[in-house]
Amino acid sequence: MTNGPDGTAMTGPYEKTTIRADVNGRAAEQAVDVRMTAADFLRDVLGLRGTRVGCEHGVCGACTILVDGVSTRSCLMYAPQLDGRSITTVEGLEPSAGELHPLQDAFMRHHALQCGFCTAGMLLTAHELLSEGRGVSEADIRDAISGNICRCTGYQGIVDAISEADGTWER
Amino acid sequence: MKPARFRYAAPTSVPEAIEALAAYEDGKLLAGGQSLGPLLNLRLARPDVIIDLGRVGELATGPRDDGDRITIPAMTSQRTVEVSDLARRHAPLLTGALPYVAHRTIRNRGTVGGSIAHADPAAEIPTVTVATGATIRAQGPAGTRRIPADAFFLGLFTTALEPAEMVVAIEFPKPGPRQGARWVEYAPRRGDFAIVGVAAQVTLAPAGEIADARIACSGVADRPWRDETAESRLRGERPGTAVFEAAADHLAAHCRPGDDAVASADYRTSLLRHLTVRALTGACECAQAEGQ
Repeated sequence: MTNGPDGTAMTGPYEKTTIRADVNGRAAEQAVDVRMTAADFLRDVLGLRGTRVGCEHGVCGACTILVDGVSTRSCLMYAPQLDGRSITTVEGLEPSAGELHPLQDAFMRHHALQCGFCTAGMLLTAHELLSEGRGVSEADIRDAISGNICRCTGYQGIVDAISEADGTWER
Repeated sequence: MKPARFRYAAPTSVPEAIEALAAYEDGKLLAGGQSLGPLLNLRLARPDVIIDLGRVGELATGPRDDGDRITIPAMTSQRTVEVSDLARRHAPLLTGALPYVAHRTIRNRGTVGGSIAHADPAAEIPTVTVATGATIRAQGPAGTRRIPADAFFLGLFTTALEPAEMVVAIEFPKPGPRQGARWVEYAPRRGDFAIVGVAAQVTLAPAGEIADARIACSGVADRPWRDETAESRLRGERPGTAVFEAAADHLAAHCRPGDDAVASADYRTSLLRHLTVRALTGACECAQAEGQ
């Protein structure tokens, strides 16, 4: 936050600001209202609608993104807090256009989704877990996704998919 | 929902943050945002100015060894502490309780200082500070002062902080020899707020009897709750179920929880009794292991 709305260095307070962030490997620079949530910024300003907005108070996990590689509820961050950060959304998981990430591939094969609303958050939460090492236990997986609510699948397919991706994802 | 309109300030130092806090009539500090964010989004809080501490680097330098204590700067994330070898070694009650704080994703952003300043009577970290006899370091326009955790929590979401004062660090005394501690809680689902939680810290004498005990409880009062009579009755006793049950019965007889939508007072009292026995059992086992 080096620049206020008039371009001069300031620490505030202000209602609008310009933020610069790396989103899925691309530089983004946008003027935003300071009270806009990070989730709304990604969806409504950048058009990245893979991030879902569920409860909007940090309980459901649907809006989970990675900020500097760390899983974060994007409904509990405000757009100015993204300034200078590196963000990964579900759109950034695909290795190349049209190719699925091993986690996405495993979710598809294990029917780890029905309506799909929780899926982006599940994928990014699982991404954080698996990024830290191989050989995660079912208990590790269940603990990791305990903050992500799915109302369709009963979780077993999700747990199976993450477990399989632990083996198939070269990392 | 979306938060009501606010203005945003991003100080880069503690003095700047205090200046902002003093300058704006209705300014609110934003730490990790995992408690304040929901309050803003649900419009239960509508501050005029949000003062984001996310750019105050000096508050997020991680747990530090300060000789007889571990100092945790206020903006250190809960997850950073949870996986810190230094904190695991010297603040085991805290690191033992942290996995129960919501979920990993929340702990990635949630801070130790933010939880202290929020002062939710159901939360783990404030209760642990009381059980361990931690000290809250606060800074304001008049300078810095150190507040014992016992004197810091004044009631529901209410602390001893002055209006332009902020938490800058929490100091946890390192455990002494033959000291053990245990956090236990009951929550209906993984990561939910506990209905009741109990933090017990016990020091054994060389011969094995209890030399000192501290028990702090969440979910049974408007702040982390201790009863010094229950603690003093443990002193001089040899660890054992009957002794733990007597302490638990005393706590159950003297706590005054309220009835609310989550649980009845009777249920909270019953939980407190059972969890106290388990926390004391675990703390004494841990202390015995330390003494060998």
